[in-house]
Amino acid sequence: MTSETRQITGAQSLVHSLEAVGADVVFGIPGGAILPAYDPLFDSTRVRHVLVRHEQGAGHAAEGYAQATGRVGVCMATSGPGATNLVTPIADAYMDSVPMVAITGQVASAAIGTDAFQEADICGITLPITKHNFLVHSADDIPRTIAEAFHLAATGRPGPVLVDLPKDILQGLTSVLPHEVWPPALDLPGYRPVTRPHAKQVREAAKMISAARRPVLYVGGGVLKARAAAELRVLAELTGIPVVTTLMARGAFPDSHRQHLGMPGMHGSVAAVTAMQKADLLITLGARFDDRVTGRLASFAPGAAVIHADIDPAEIGKNRVADVPIVGDCREVIADLTAALQAEPRSDLEAWWHTLDRWRETYPVGYDTPPDGAVAPQQVIQRIGQIAGPETVFAAGVGQHQMWAAQFISYEHPYTWLNSGGAGTMGYAVPAAMGAKVGRPEATVWAIDGDGCFQMTNQELATCALEGIPIKVAIINNGSLGMVRQWQTLFYDKRYSNTDLGTHPASARTGVTRVPDFVRLAEALGCVGLRCESPEDIDSTIEKAMSINDAPVVVDFVVHPDAMVWPMVAAGSSNDDIQVARDMAPDFDYSGDAEVNL
Amino acid sequence: MTRHTLSVLVENKPGVLARVSGLFSRRGFNIESLAVGPTENPDVSRMTIVVAVEDLPLEQVTKQLNKLVNVLKIVEMDSGVSVQRELVLVKVRADLAVRSQVLETVQLFRAKVVDVAPDAVTIEATGTRDKLDALIRMLEPFGIREMVQSGMVALGRGSRSITDRSLRAVERSA
Repeated sequence: MTSETRQITGAQSLVHSLEAVGADVVFGIPGGAILPAYDPLFDSTRVRHVLVRHEQGAGHAAEGYAQATGRVGVCMATSGPGATNLVTPIADAYMDSVPMVAITGQVASAAIGTDAFQEADICGITLPITKHNFLVHSADDIPRTIAEAFHLAATGRPGPVLVDLPKDILQGLTSVLPHEVWPPALDLPGYRPVTRPHAKQVREAAKMISAARRPVLYVGGGVLKARAAAELRVLAELTGIPVVTTLMARGAFPDSHRQHLGMPGMHGSVAAVTAMQKADLLITLGARFDDRVTGRLASFAPGAAVIHADIDPAEIGKNRVADVPIVGDCREVIADLTAALQAEPRSDLEAWWHTLDRWRETYPVGYDTPPDGAVAPQQVIQRIGQIAGPETVFAAGVGQHQMWAAQFISYEHPYTWLNSGGAGTMGYAVPAAMGAKVGRPEATVWAIDGDGCFQMTNQELATCALEGIPIKVAIINNGSLGMVRQWQTLFYDKRYSNTDLGTHPASARTGVTRVPDFVRLAEALGCVGLRCESPEDIDSTIEKAMSINDAPVVVDFVVHPDAMVWPMVAAGSSNDDIQVARDMAPDFDYSGDAEVNL
Repeated sequence: MTRHTLSVLVENKPGVLARVSGLFSRRGFNIESLAVGPTENPDVSRMTIVVAVEDLPLEQVTKQLNKLVNVLKIVEMDSGVSVQRELVLVKVRADLAVRSQVLETVQLFRAKVVDVAPDAVTIEATGTRDKLDALIRMLEPFGIREMVQSGMVALGRGSRSITDRSLRAVERSA
């Protein structure tokens, strides 16, 4: 057969295109419509397929892979329910700008629109939660579409892209051979992300920075997406300006750095929250003034001028008016700002730092030891961070344990903290940790999970056990949907409606404790199960878990059920009303605190 | 609230209308009218969208529109420098007793009668929204049986084309 007449199936074209684009791992589950793709995938030596137990796990694993490695994560599912099970991770990836390509099977072209078996309009369903999506109409288009999907997912503001492939397209023949046409010409005339910042805007920003008396570098996830942590450090050290890193940016600046004030927002440190409130300039880099950061928007940072740099022009001015808007890639923006600032006089920030240091020393993020000698969840998380060390990758679920993991683990390197920030997706941790471990097999990966979150996606531990993905999972077991319970404690008169999960030995449910028994569940899923119930066993249990590297490990940390996340700015309140503990507001009225005229 | 007219050039591909209209409703904007059709380039369709919003939310919606991969260019059509037209077909009760009065109104507005029945006429009129509103007010006393209106279409005045590079797009870069 000559090369002119050689034909391959659409399914082969898909697998060859994935190989050509450099995808090395696909997380997925086969089913009717996508079945043709699984046949050539079986033969691929360059694409590893990880068979998950639920499509949601495939999506979060792709996210974890992407967030830990910076490469595009890939998940695959069949039509109908397979595709709709991907909706949650796709929405999650959209909110957190995670580069991901989702490949779904679709019923045959002729059956589309007939309510065929396992038909769902997944392109319509995911329209508002994808950066873009494609319904492929011809097997000839597969290489170009895959190349476009990966390009869209990874460039500009990253995000999820879905490619829907009808079964007849996968089975049909094409003479467009991926290895002959690669890289195919992209046909995206309407897609032109701006990465080079405007020099005039950068100069303007540099002038404002050098004139500011109380500036703050407000660093968001965009700095990590732009792989600009090194550039950020240079800028911060050149200017001496304090840094706050949002939930999505933990690790973008070393927690141990003297200029780091911690995390801002609803559960941020007093120093970080208050620095922004009292600032005269916010240098906003790849952050989006999320309501969890700003509190009541009208009273957020009232005295601050705003420099706002983002690759997505739609983020600029969306929530807060920017005095100096800069559209561009954060790495280029930061590098250009640093260059422009070389020529500007350095602002004297001594008085500002004096005030910041006082806040930082007076209101460190801390916690009370539980009175009855029970295990403090914060201590467990802090010790995991200290024992596992800063090279470890941490993935959290959503809730109290997530906030404690953001507060009490010291992040020194970028891409060591993975979580669901924008969407707040419970169940993210286990599959995301699995994806991160597949992407970075040399790294220790800990999932910090809650007993509620864990029960949403723990079946992926079977995947981990069988596929040789030895992650470690810490279940911070307080027996309840802890963050919801905290709000019930604070705002609903301690009426604990439907938050007791019965996983704790001290469950209020009569006759029910430890359902499920996480140790036995872990063992049933092919993992090592450990349990820790007293403070003196914390270190030895973590060390035991650290010593097991040939199997996934699950540790049931049975913790004090009443521990709460502090500091806290109640939803809808002003950040000025931050509480360091229940009914305890910081006292900013120091006598003689006149170093900085606030 | 002020009324804005946006001309949006999009790739002529399936599903683009859903992407655009979905974006408006998702972001909480009401489309007053939307007209879509082919252009001089078969690969490109042109949408004319009329939306009533304040300036700041308009900026947000155009930025979000620009993020749609199939959207090529957005230009705001200022009424002073563009020709804006809508088309209306209206079926008015017009028996012999009032027909001449109806026809007089039609002539006054330089409209056309496109269908006649013993007791009704169907009138076609094009013009600005104000003109068509006035026509309809004049016809109402006779009894409007049925009416249909197109969305507005608009074209910039002068020799320049929307595809000219010199014509500044709205908020492509902030």
